[in-house]
Amino acid sequence: MARKKRELQEINAGSMADIAFLLLVFFLVTTTMDSSWGLARKLPPPLLDNVEKPPPIKDRNVFVVLANANDQLLVEGELMEIYELRAAAKEFIANPMRKEDLPEFKDVDVNLLGPRKVSKQVISLQNDNGTSYNLYIQVQNELAAAYNELRNDLADQEFGMSYDMLTELAEPEDSDPKYKTMIKAIRKVYPQRISEAEPKDVGGN
Amino acid sequence: MSKFKKKGDEGTPAVSTASLPDIVFMLLFFFMVTTVMREVDLKVKMSQPEATEITKLKNKALVDYIYIGEPVNSELYGTVPKIQLDDDFSTVEEIQDYIIQRRAERNEAEHGLITVSLKVNQETKMGIVTEVKQELRKVQALKINYSTREKADPTKF
Repeated sequence: MARKKRELQEINAGSMADIAFLLLVFFLVTTTMDSSWGLARKLPPPLLDNVEKPPPIKDRNVFVVLANANDQLLVEGELMEIYELRAAAKEFIANPMRKEDLPEFKDVDVNLLGPRKVSKQVISLQNDNGTSYNLYIQVQNELAAAYNELRNDLADQEFGMSYDMLTELAEPEDSDPKYKTMIKAIRKVYPQRISEAEPKDVGGN
Repeated sequence: MSKFKKKGDEGTPAVSTASLPDIVFMLLFFFMVTTVMREVDLKVKMSQPEATEITKLKNKALVDYIYIGEPVNSELYGTVPKIQLDDDFSTVEEIQDYIIQRRAERNEAEHGLITVSLKVNQETKMGIVTEVKQELRKVQALKINYSTREKADPTKF
């Protein structure tokens, strides 16, 4: 009877911490440490016995990368460090100076871009059974990076946006089909041709 | 009558928050239980190499994993790199059967979309990896993905 009339109480914020912890734990639990990122590659189909040998490729069109059991690289007959590989591969693929010992070109009519000179380049990668997986991935990564950088530059020139940007735009199901044709055009100018030779076992373990 | 009137004068009582933590914990446990962590128990050491030119695996339901690395329990299994499929160690020969069996579990229309993710410890030698790749070629499982960690690429910015 004598009590004062209580005022409207504030909402108790003491449990905010609990909610925050709940969210934190939830995300901790659902975040898988295991990555779903990686280098996507396509294996060549199995060799059939009765298939004829393909015609030999001229030496100047092949970029030979060898990796030995001591994780050393031999690129086109020269010892090379992994960080030099990207620039070397880029020069080989694009052959900007039209050098005699770098790949030939053939005229191709590319959709959207018109007639183009497309290099006949092939990158041949051979590793030993004793090569570490880490080096193998680094090599694959550098070669892919060389292609991607050239594609980015070309896409920038032609369409005003990088190749990475184009692939991002083309990803959703309902994306504009023009992005896909743009990507195809870029890929036609710089086709990614990495051939892996059957492995050799020379370095032991 | 007068008794009821007295009570009405007291105004709105504070909502008790004492049970909030319980509710929060209940939610927490609910999510913990329902979140499906389809992850196998790794029996091999896994430290993946880093790369920059990577793509994300899209449809996880259509991905098969092959783990290769040194066994974690090296006293029992030695230090020679082994292959793990699902929860067990396997031999190279068993890969073909595994891929075919996993393929049979999927819709036929999706067979072309199945990707094999190779999760390989970075110190592994290429010999075993190449053997696995040859087996995959034999069963026409040609779409592969070398699982890597993401490396910050200074040239990208």
